[in-house]
Amino acid sequence: MSTQRVSVTQAASEMIEKLKKEHGPLVFNQSGGCCDGSAPMCYEKGDFYVPSRNVKLGDVCGCEFFISADQFEYFEHSHITLDCKDNFSGSNSFSLETALEKQFVSISRIFTAYEYENLEK
Amino acid sequence: MSTQEKVLPLARPQFKAQYENFIGGKWVAPTNGNYSENLSPVDGLPLTRIPKSSAEDINLAVTAASKAFESFKNSTVVERSVMLNKVADAIEANMERLAIADTLDNGKAVRETLAADLPLVIDHFRYFAAVIRGESGAVADLDPETISQEIHEPLGVVAQIIPWNFPLLMAAWKLAPALAAGNCVVLKPAGPTPMSILLLMEAIQEVLPAGTINIVNGPGAVIGKVLATHPDVKKVGFTGETTTGQLIMQYATENIIPSTLELGGKSPNVFFESIMDADDEFFDKAIEGLVLFAFNSGEVCTCPSRALIQESIYEPFMKRVLERVEAIQMGDPLNPTTMMGAQVSSNQKEKILDYIRIGKEEGAECLIGGEEYKNPAHPGGYYIKPTIFKGHNKMRIFQEEIFGPVLAVTTFKDEAEALAIANDTMYGLGSGVWSRDAHQLHSMSRGIEAGRVWVNCYHLYPSHASFGGYKKSGIGRETHMMMLNSYRQTKNILTSYNKNALGFF
Repeated sequence: MSTQRVSVTQAASEMIEKLKKEHGPLVFNQSGGCCDGSAPMCYEKGDFYVPSRNVKLGDVCGCEFFISADQFEYFEHSHITLDCKDNFSGSNSFSLETALEKQFVSISRIFTAYEYENLEK
Repeated sequence: MSTQEKVLPLARPQFKAQYENFIGGKWVAPTNGNYSENLSPVDGLPLTRIPKSSAEDINLAVTAASKAFESFKNSTVVERSVMLNKVADAIEANMERLAIADTLDNGKAVRETLAADLPLVIDHFRYFAAVIRGESGAVADLDPETISQEIHEPLGVVAQIIPWNFPLLMAAWKLAPALAAGNCVVLKPAGPTPMSILLLMEAIQEVLPAGTINIVNGPGAVIGKVLATHPDVKKVGFTGETTTGQLIMQYATENIIPSTLELGGKSPNVFFESIMDADDEFFDKAIEGLVLFAFNSGEVCTCPSRALIQESIYEPFMKRVLERVEAIQMGDPLNPTTMMGAQVSSNQKEKILDYIRIGKEEGAECLIGGEEYKNPAHPGGYYIKPTIFKGHNKMRIFQEEIFGPVLAVTTFKDEAEALAIANDTMYGLGSGVWSRDAHQLHSMSRGIEAGRVWVNCYHLYPSHASFGGYKKSGIGRETHMMMLNSYRQTKNILTSYNKNALGFF
């Protein structure tokens, strides 16, 4: 079986389904830098203009998951697990789940040699 | 621990159990009646309750700011200068209370809020109070009968979205120039740090015309877009991460307004071998210059998070550096002897620990720290030990902004290699160069692609020095009087004193 770059936890998939009901189709973009950086941002599809050169890492619950091309250079060897945690502290991002005191997080790990060889093209 | 036992933590001032939005000069409850608990990262316990506002509150705030602007746009430079000085005086009179509030909101050590954040906040208002008295527009005699005047006019209502790492200082960086230029502001504080700015407003509300500053707290997902796309907002200033920055720029296209963005960084701090030519005060300063990665618990967009050290001095220099890191006193952030405080939230702490794990998985060598700090004073708080990894610049811990007290160290052979590594990053915000060779300092500081190069120093933020990013670190500048022009229009008045027609018609 080929390796996926992104997988999703039960908590994240439940939150995605909940947000879909409220907002319709969604899109994810892995952010970089500063306060709430290195977190996946979740927006209504079409609200965030996905930069045309961003790289698609995969699909989660039917939503596309992107990363900028320059960040992908360093994420190329990493697997991301999209998780969702409580966030009672708030955030300064506009990611949709923050309205529900939750926060999507990208938990990443380096692929094993076997996984990297078998990445889905 | 002996020093810590002798010095008592500063007493917590009395805070209200609940705060409101500040709109039109009044404390106003959110229209939906919803509040959220504001947790302190110091101990993980609730501090107070903060409005969880909706679009309606943003609309009220923009309306209040627009109304205030009708008269504030006609205020004189003298009036605005006097007002900004009064703001500075009121903050100074409440300095300790505000410093403690900032520490409780953000988690940073009170030693830093007292010695850095608050004095810089106060100075920022005084700086802009001063410079607007000393500047003027420009007049050109185009010919003996034609005069061209370049006149500055404020933009109107501006939106400011600030980060949580320096809750009061980042507010001051945005508020002072906006007000100095004659604008009215709707400001959204960052979710994790909503309280200290409200205490600051309590301290300064008497000296501000109603509606000149409006503060609305709430989730970015609910109020951020409404604010950034509001047709009466004439500019958006944002500090935060890259994707939201892109979104802000995109929203700004809807109303064709400017935006300034201060985004992330992965700042190189370069140490050349000549720093060890003598074991003197300067070498001591250079050691501290590296250890400044732990300043503000590493939660600084200019954190010197990549140290580049010349190979020939690596071993002896790092030996001295590690002794200095070992001496970083952790403990109660409210104790003035504590040198490093908490991370801003539980999720932030988890993210930093995730990066520490990734560093280890990538094969970087952990030289010190590398784990959570169990704080005996506050077991429920969010603390990480200052951490140093040795590795190479292609590793993720060298390329991604961790926003915690985690330093990535590597070595270089010569100046060319140092510059190549320094610039091998998507960011360009801060940087540092340390050497006793003036020519080397000059060529490196011109070669580094970043908005700020600290030469034989680091983490100084004077008001009269511009600050901002190259590359993916943002657009526009903050601090320095040049900031005034990003908060105003230029109007050209072209006057002819010639009585005769042009002769075309």
